Amino acid sequence: MSATATTSAETRPQRVTVSSVLNRFGIGLALILLMVILSILSPQFFLTSENLNNVARQSSVNAMLALGQFLVILTAGIDLSVGAVMALSMILMALASHAGYAWYASFYAQAAPSALPDPQSTTFMLILSAVAIALGLGVGLFAGLLNGWGTTKLRLPHPFIVTLGMLNIARGATDLISGGAPITGVPTPMRAFGAGTILLFQRPNGEWVGIPTALLVVIFFYLACWVFLSHSRMGRHIYAVGGNIQAARYAGINVDRVLNWVYMLCGGTAAIAALILVGRTNSGYPKAGVGAELDAIAAVIIGGASFFGGRGTVIGTFIGVLIMGFIRNGLNLLNVSVFWQEVAIGVIIIAAAFVDVLRRRATRAA
Amino acid sequence: MPAETTPVVQMRGIVKNFGPVQALRGVDLRLDRDEVLGLVGDNGAGKSTLMKVLTGVHQPDGGQIFFESQPVHFTSPHDSREIGIEMVYQDLALAGNLSVDGNIFLGREMTRDYLGGLIKLLDHQGMAREAVQLLERLRIDIRSVNYRVETLSGGQRQAVAIGRSAGFQAKVVIMDEPTAALAVKEVSKVLDLINGLKDHDVGVVLISHRLQDIFAVCDRIMVLRQGRVVGNIPKSDTHMDEIVALITGAQESAMRDLLEVA
Repeated sequence: MSATATTSAETRPQRVTVSSVLNRFGIGLALILLMVILSILSPQFFLTSENLNNVARQSSVNAMLALGQFLVILTAGIDLSVGAVMALSMILMALASHAGYAWYASFYAQAAPSALPDPQSTTFMLILSAVAIALGLGVGLFAGLLNGWGTTKLRLPHPFIVTLGMLNIARGATDLISGGAPITGVPTPMRAFGAGTILLFQRPNGEWVGIPTALLVVIFFYLACWVFLSHSRMGRHIYAVGGNIQAARYAGINVDRVLNWVYMLCGGTAAIAALILVGRTNSGYPKAGVGAELDAIAAVIIGGASFFGGRGTVIGTFIGVLIMGFIRNGLNLLNVSVFWQEVAIGVIIIAAAFVDVLRRRATRAA
Repeated sequence: MPAETTPVVQMRGIVKNFGPVQALRGVDLRLDRDEVLGLVGDNGAGKSTLMKVLTGVHQPDGGQIFFESQPVHFTSPHDSREIGIEMVYQDLALAGNLSVDGNIFLGREMTRDYLGGLIKLLDHQGMAREAVQLLERLRIDIRSVNYRVETLSGGQRQAVAIGRSAGFQAKVVIMDEPTAALAVKEVSKVLDLINGLKDHDVGVVLISHRLQDIFAVCDRIMVLRQGRVVGNIPKSDTHMDEIVALITGAQESAMRDLLEVA
């Protein structure tokens, strides 16, 4: 008789305990607590729309880099090249718009074809921007794909190595292309993503309140990534690869394909970060994003993702970015030295990673 | 024994060499649907190799495999799964960070078309519903398919792994030491589950070192020794001592001794 072929479901009701609440919402609570403290300590500056917009603008580059980094860390990997890839993409966008403009202006001066738009016209600026952005995006995606291939085709022992190589390659290429000098001035349409503000309403005193386009770009990509991770097969497979790579292989998932996509998307987000930075600074400069990969990793870890892979959320990463942004901003407002800011960020990284250790220990004990 | 039925799997004269090592030296295997075959033998006897040949992980150097009387050639585990041969791995190939239904549907997620098939998104509700039905059909009792697998007990995880492999029109399920990592009280539940698979017309090959498990659920026991079949006996015609003797080779040498004396 096998009438009772059941396995015991030891009763594990989902109790609402302090630890379960902290586990789920702890990171969000930490952010709120931080904002409350900063509001109290700096009442006249912190909670102003200027300051919040400022934080949003400053954090947007790290937000995009952290988003790609998050995908990579979900697969238990790491991408050290995002800052350098961003600089390369940025320089190429600035250079392409300059070279494209120079070429077209001389062509237009010689041929003077009345059917074509004037080099100064908005139409030509739009086309020039689109071409330059496409080039920058393409380079970011391609660099990411090379990182993926280094892991999946060359079978290098850890993504640390191939992305460390890419860091140096992209950094060197950036200097070679630019000659080490910044390239200033980009077409206006290209600046829309990094420097624009969408005005929302006017205060009684005539002051406009707006929202930076950079923040909208970031929110758009975070939402897209959330849908991708939670509602697509590839998103599910990314979590599976990070959770148990052997199980993913047994289940017939093409693990190499998943990894190639993840590194390519990470390169893509670095290019989006470059686009935001190009707009904000109205230039491409070769020293952009030095050390930015470490900030991106820090934001992902503070956001609660596990370095062992398979664990973490898009919203957590977003909050991690905000916590880093608010700490830097808040300590600036409070006139605390930059050196202490770094110490504070360091302590928070270690604390966040320790929370993950505790969480894993609790799971194992269960 | 009833009259001859068509076996679901038949392997004939399987030979597999790894360099100079002869892992399988002409092995025959027959498995009927609704039968549980126990596959036993010492370490290195060739049990796992034989099953890896059957699932397409290894390609045989000689011999033939028939699936429902048709000759088949598997070049990868994907091929064998396509026609209904599933393997439950010893190390529980589950992703602990995913839910029960996420694991059951891992690699074959159900999707729904949006925008006229332009976008395919996961059908979360559909997968949860089918997972619940599957677990009920196999009488696997897990309170919610939303639980992450890492929060389940070893026996429940094994049940999910078995359910996952048995769930999708599987005709043959191969289990490699499914009870090895379980607490004693959970073993019988997994054995019940294996018995239950027979009711669903699934042929089961059970590899285990635990002979009491083999005797609890198997209809027939096949003993491998040094790459050869040294016993293939209905359970009712044998007992544990004989199987142990076959596994260790004691029976062979005992017979040889008798012959020498005579």
